[in-house]
This record gives sequence, C-alpha cells and structure tokens, in this order.
Amino acid sequence: MSPVTAEPHPKNNRKFNKKMRLVMKEQDKGKKKGSLLKIKVEHFNFFYDTTRALKDIEMQIYANTVVGIIGPSGCGKSTFLRCFNRMNDIIRNVRYQGEIYIDDRNIFDKSVDVVDLRRNVGMVFQKSNPFPKSIFENVAYGLKINGVRDKDFITQKVEKSLKDAVIWDEVKDRLHKSAFALSGGQQQRLCIARALAIEPEVLLLDEPASALDPIATSKIEELIHELKKKYTIIIVTHNMQQAARVSDYTAFIMLGELIEYEETNKIFTNPSKKITEDYVTGRFG
Amino acid sequence: MKKNKIQEILGFNILRLCTGFVLLFLIIIFWDIATKGIGSVNWEFLTAAPSKGMTEGGIFPAIVGTFLVTVITAVLAIPLGMACAIYLNEYAKDGTLIRLIRMSIRNLSGVPSIVYGLFGVVLFVQLIKIDTSILAAGLTLGLMTLPWTITASEEALKSVPKSYREGSLALGATKWQTIRTNVLPYSIPGMLTGTILGLARAAGETAPILFTGAAFFLPFLPKSLSDQFMALPYHLYIMSTQHHDIARVRPLAYGTALVLVSLVFCMNFIAIVLRYKLRKVRLE
Ligand SMILES: Nc1ncnc2c1ncn2[C@@H]1O[C@H](COP(=O)(O)OP(=O)(O)O)[C@@H](O)[C@H]1O
Ligand SMILES: [Mg+2]
Repeated sequence: MSPVTAEPHPKNNRKFNKKMRLVMKEQDKGKKKGSLLKIKVEHFNFFYDTTRALKDIEMQIYANTVVGIIGPSGCGKSTFLRCFNRMNDIIRNVRYQGEIYIDDRNIFDKSVDVVDLRRNVGMVFQKSNPFPKSIFENVAYGLKINGVRDKDFITQKVEKSLKDAVIWDEVKDRLHKSAFALSGGQQQRLCIARALAIEPEVLLLDEPASALDPIATSKIEELIHELKKKYTIIIVTHNMQQAARVSDYTAFIMLGELIEYEETNKIFTNPSKKITEDYVTGRFG
Repeated sequence: MKKNKIQEILGFNILRLCTGFVLLFLIIIFWDIATKGIGSVNWEFLTAAPSKGMTEGGIFPAIVGTFLVTVITAVLAIPLGMACAIYLNEYAKDGTLIRLIRMSIRNLSGVPSIVYGLFGVVLFVQLIKIDTSILAAGLTLGLMTLPWTITASEEALKSVPKSYREGSLALGATKWQTIRTNVLPYSIPGMLTGTILGLARAAGETAPILFTGAAFFLPFLPKSLSDQFMALPYHLYIMSTQHHDIARVRPLAYGTALVLVSLVFCMNFIAIVLRYKLRKVRLE
C-alpha cells in the first residue's frame, strides 16, 4: 500500500489510482494480485425448489484475477457459477437468497436488467456449444443481437475476438464455413471468442477443458493467462493441476459449502482445513 | 448363447413379417386404385368439368376446390399453430392451466372429423354467418388440423438443443431474440413437415366439408372464397355411393380416387424431403 499513501490525495484521483494499481500489480506479481474489488458474494444461498444447493457463501473476488472453483462433482460448482450471470433464472422453481455484488451493484436488485448483466458477465459452457452457423456468424452473433449494425466494425471485432482467443490463425481461411467442422478444442476457443466479442468484464468458464485433449487443454490454459489482463475470470474445474496452474485464488466447495477460499498457492501447499488437504492431495473426490 | 441367437433371428423375422404385412395392404390398395383408375385419368379428365349428369367429363372443379380449401386451411393452421406452439413451449409456465390446455390439444387431435364438421356449421355458418363456402370449410379443416400443427411444432421446438438457447441468452440476447434467431430457424423445417402431413390429411377429409361448403355438383368454378365448391373426397364419395348410376361411373370414381391418393402421396413426399433436408443441415 505504500506507493499509494505516499501521494497527497490518492482517494480523489481516480486516474492516478488506476495507474497505481497497475504499478502495484507489476510489483506484486505472484503476491497480492489486483486490489480492485470486483465481485462480492454475501450470505449467498441458492435453492432448487426446496433443496439448498449453495449454503451461506461468502467470497470476494478482485479484478483481473483468476478464481478457480474446485470440489467433488455435484457439490454445486456449476450452480454457483451460473448465479453470477443469473443463468439459473431460466430454471423453474429456483430461489436466490443473499447478495452478489458486481462493481458494488447487487445483481439480484430489481433495477438490474438481466440482459445487461449477461452482456457484462460472459459465460463459456462445459460442453462447447457453437451455433449451427458459420464461424464468423458465431462470433458476430452477440454483436448483432446487441444492435451493432456497422459491418466494418463487426468484421474488425470478429477478427480481434478470434485473435484474442488464439484461434484466428486456424480459422482465418474458413470464416464462412460451418463452426461444426472445427475440432473440440477449436470449438471451445470459438465459444470463448464469441463471449469476448461483446467485451464482458467478467468471464465465467465451466470446465472449459473437460472434454479436450492435453494439447487443446494447454492452449486454453495459456489463453486464460492472457485473458486475465483484461477480464476477471472465474473458472470451474475438476482438474486439480489445472486449478493450480491457471488460478490466482482457489475456492474449494463441498456439498454446497465454501470450505476454503485462499490464494491458490496456500490451498495447494498449506491449506488450513484438513478436508481441503485431503481433497487436493486426492485422498477422496 | 445359441438360444439367444435363435431368439434374435426369430424375433427379427416376426417384426419383418409384420412390416411386410402392413406394406402389403398399402400396395394392394394402391395397385387396385391405380390399375382401375389409370384408364380414366387423362388430360381431359384433369381439366374438364363433369358433364351429362356426372357420367362423363372430368374433375377439374373438384381439384380447384380441394386446392383452395387446403390453402385456407394452411393459412389458418400454420401461423396459429406455430404461435401456439411457441407460446406453450417457450413462454408458458408449467401449471394446471397449461397442462389442461396441452391435454385438450392431445384430445382434440383424436376427435372424429364429423364432429369438426358439425362444429364448423354451428360456429362459422350459423353463428358467424360466413355461409357455406370455401372459407367456412377451410376454417373448419383448419381447426381440425390445428392440434396436429401445434403438436408437431412443439416437437420441432423441443428438438432444438438447450445449449443453443443458453448460449444465446448468455450473450445478452432477450428471450424473443433467442427464439427468433437461434431456435425458429432450426425448427421451422420440422414444423412444416408436421404441418404438411396434417394438411395432407385435411385435404382428404370429407366429413368436415360436408355441411360447411362442399357442393354435390357445380357447373362453374368458384369465383370467390364465399362460394360453394366441389372437392375431390366429396366427389369421390358421391361417385361411389350417391350417384344414380353407380356402375357406370365406377371408372370415373377410380380415377378420382387415384388423383386424390396421388395428391396426398405428393404432399407426404414433400414432407419427407423437408425432413431429410433438415437432418442434413443438422449434421453439417
Ligand atoms: N436443474 C436442477 N434442478 C434440481 N437440482 C439440480 C439442478 N441442477 C443441479 N442440481 C443439483 O444441484 C447440485 C449441484 O449441481 P452442480 O452445480 O451441477 O454440481 P457440479 O457442477 O459441482 O458438479 C447437485 O446435487 C445436482 O443434482
Ligand atoms: Mg458442473
């Protein structure tokens, strides 16, 4: 915190603050990552009908960090992830309790338009789900439904998104061919490009590499490293090594409860709970 | 191991026999109609009106009538059926009322066509006073086809993977945008397939048009939708049971039957082609 306090009026100078944050991030690489609070989860419960799938979760997520969510299957990882863009709204008879703040705004507030929320919080699903359209149309889809008509802008944006998702070189010669002809790993990166095209601030990834071979997986992991410069990322994974590789913070969930949420390093080397240790060392799960 | 093998061969052949049996009947019926009807089907038969107390001439007015009525049926049943299906499948919340509506639709598709005919008379002719006409008959057939259209359209909507919808919603699309751009384009061929099958059935129905607008004999073509009309199935019914000289017009009746059956086959064929195209698009 010392560089900030050294300045006379740091709190009133937002531009300065932003700059300092960048500086700090450079300095503290690997230690305290990002200092801007992006997401805050408070006393959060989630119910499928009468079943309580998430129990009293408390969590704080900083901007430009990658948070990994691990836990045995069925513990509520996907359910939790789908709360951040309120994807669970489309399931019948579900109920939220508690708050999730993104940029200090409660996403369950009545004034929040869920369509706007989803524009801001992108999601990539476990099973890659390209639309039966061309590669170009897949990426342009989000722009078009959000009212972008400028053809040049769309073309540029599609190219940029595909480059950001590190798939441009593989598809640039067949942009107008069906997305279904791509391999699994390519399809998943296409889905990431599709999510990036509308410039969300938060990116939710639900086991994005679970169906992929090791090479495709490592590509996705590199991509996540790149993406966190611009986005705040929450990634669900059942693969412990993957969580250790890509995430700055790791949350361990069991039976809907957040058991431990710490810097990734600590979770994997020196967890404070016995059960976390048992899980990350593979003694169960 | 050996016993299983024998059982399998036996079971398989029994199934094959059943299929063959059904197919045999279809072939016999079509063969019968085709061989006895082909003699009377010629250019004149298809383009001329019946003459000399329907003992000579053709069936042109009946072809035109059936065509027009089917168009009205389609105009009512396709948009309304699709809209109902979209509402039921995409918007309606599962509740007692919706379940009741669904059940009614299923039941309606099993109601005998004569009941639709009588209902059409009461509703369109007596109550709304459209008079017996192409319009009244077409609307009656439309009502009869609706349950089929709705059910087929709902099935088509259901066959669009959930992941398309979720993917679209997650990109900030509204529900209607999602349906319009990412559900309907992939379900419309399926919807049309079911609808055409329903229309083919409607085109061959006699009972619903019997009281609502079909005429025994008209010397001229209908000039507007509020005119009465001749229709193929009704003409066939008359030629084979109501005519004063049934034995003499038998070949003409067979000819009419051949034309009607061919028409229905054609429509079903179009539906099959559509479905095939749809599958191909899906797999690409
Ligand atoms: N649509 C649903 N309706 C009811 N229960 C569900 C639904 N989806 C998931 N669940 C239940 O919620 C729990 C958490 O599921 P999920 O979040 O998918 O787990 P994970 O992603 O960690 O494997 C499981 O017990 C699951 O059976
Ligand atoms: Mg899951």
